[in-house]
Amino acid sequence: MKIVKVNGKKRSHKVFMYAISTCVWCKRTKQFLKNNSVEFEYVDVDLCNDEDQEKIEKEIIERGGRLSYPTLVVDDKTLITGYKPDKITEALEL
Amino acid sequence: MTTLEAARRRAESDAKDRGYYLNPDPEFLADLIEGLKTNEDRYGYPSCPCRLASGVFELDRDIICPCDYRDPDVEEYGCCYCALFVRKDVVEEKKPIESIPERRPKEKIALARASQKVEKPAEFVPALTAIPLKTKLQMWYCKQCGYVCFREEPPYICPICKAKREMFEEIRATIYLGT
Repeated sequence: MKIVKVNGKKRSHKVFMYAISTCVWCKRTKQFLKNNSVEFEYVDVDLCNDEDQEKIEKEIIERGGRLSYPTLVVDDKTLITGYKPDKITEALEL
Repeated sequence: MTTLEAARRRAESDAKDRGYYLNPDPEFLADLIEGLKTNEDRYGYPSCPCRLASGVFELDRDIICPCDYRDPDVEEYGCCYCALFVRKDVVEEKKPIESIPERRPKEKIALARASQKVEKPAEFVPALTAIPLKTKLQMWYCKQCGYVCFREEPPYICPICKAKREMFEEIRATIYLGT
């Protein structure tokens, strides 16, 4: 599974994102985090093999999420589904 | 391999048929068209750029653009899931276009995933088609040209004669089975 790390100055929260490489809402979310200098990691689920995709889907469901992308996980507990700048701002105290 | 131009033309035609607009943000639209092209090159059909396709045509049929969820999403939220298709008033009144919830039933997503583990994924199709859409479909006809469609709400314009939505009327039919 290829996890990409994007460096940033803001590291007070652990931010992980499940994304799809062709999804424009995912692209906007990545850009929003970059514009706010947030350090985060992401995986493009569509570029993973079947086994990893299954593992990822299981992870999202276990965390109480829906299989909808982007799904952002903040500090291993808060899930934000979809491109939601307001919710991201609140969760990351930007 | 399809071209970006062909993908754009198809999207324009699909929008025009239903009286929708394409996303008015040129950059957003260009990215969506590119996503559709990527999926068509990858899977052989233009599945929704914002959804995870299984790669099995029969199981992804409902998320091939224009997806089965487009019309109820445009009706309820003003745009479809990936925001390619946008309602007229949203564009004309410059209303915000936001990311909306997934309408595709989670059972369909689970079946598409399970199908990847078997030799003949098409065996899952009957189970997949048996999952009902959470919408109440009705029959509508265009009073101007007689065009009939089966969907939750009448279209914004008639795809055949371009009559406005007001020209559509519901068809109430009773089907008698047996004798």
